[in-house]
Amino acid sequence: MTGSPTPRSAGARQAAPIAVAVFAFGASFGLLAGAAGIGTLASLVMSATTFAGSAQFAAVSVLGGAGSVAAACTAAILLNARYLPIGISVAPAIEGGPLRRLVLAQLVVDESWAMSRRPGGGHDAGLLLGAGALLYACWVAGTAVGAFGGEALGEPETLGLDAAFPALFLALLVPQVRTRRALYAALLGGAVAFALILFASPGIPIVAASAACLVGWRKA
Amino acid sequence: MSEAWIVVAVVGAGTVACKGLGPVVLGGRSLPGSLAGLVETLAPALLAALVVTQAVGGDRELVFDARLLGLAAAVVAIRLRAPLLAVVVVAAAVAAAVRALA
Repeated sequence: MTGSPTPRSAGARQAAPIAVAVFAFGASFGLLAGAAGIGTLASLVMSATTFAGSAQFAAVSVLGGAGSVAAACTAAILLNARYLPIGISVAPAIEGGPLRRLVLAQLVVDESWAMSRRPGGGHDAGLLLGAGALLYACWVAGTAVGAFGGEALGEPETLGLDAAFPALFLALLVPQVRTRRALYAALLGGAVAFALILFASPGIPIVAASAACLVGWRKA
Repeated sequence: MSEAWIVVAVVGAGTVACKGLGPVVLGGRSLPGSLAGLVETLAPALLAALVVTQAVGGDRELVFDARLLGLAAAVVAIRLRAPLLAVVVVAAAVAAAVRALA
């Protein structure tokens, strides 16, 4: 990646406010996983290897509701299918050998991906990995706190933390919409997601919305 | 192996594959030619979808609750050119206040 690199510490600083919300949701995941009969070690391993909140909540709620293993896995993997296009978009920012790239790619979550996006296009590697590392640490630590008795923390919803996420994504979307193509892609993506919420299981609306990027097609 | 551990293993492997495929295969390069244009419009499309699903998404239902008022407050904060931190905090505070009063 050329251009002035941003230090990873700056990425971590920028992600700090959302890291608080991620920690709280990690704690509620640890708590819910315990209630669904998933052991502390299993929920910690899941947070460390999957590191994607919505998919983990989905898997645990299916298992806790006496759903099948196949249903739990399918729901979670469908939710995470959006990381295929997201991974392709950050690929230029992740350098090094194949193993290093595979490991660093795991730090990519919606929030670190969105924050590291440059207004002019492409992703800032320092912001991506710095924000990703902080959010990863907070997610795993939050899971541990929740699994070892996080009832004292209270519900994240009471603190309005679930409203922090759409606000974050909107704040990051606005500076992206600088061209007509970007505006069309955003409107179409939002409309596709909205229309599918009622008819598709969670996760599918986001994956389907990524097809709106086709408005960016240019003849080579 | 218990059911929980099977789910942990399968979902973990599936997620590692989804996240890693692009960076491992492309290896620090971007997509060629006209496909690069698609990656540029992928971000606004996905971000808009995340805004919508995080604001009103439920399990096959639309849920209109305090999140939406938090998001409305965020719109005002963004229009006032508030920094990211302020936007996020305002949204959470408004949603929390609405829930406390409801």
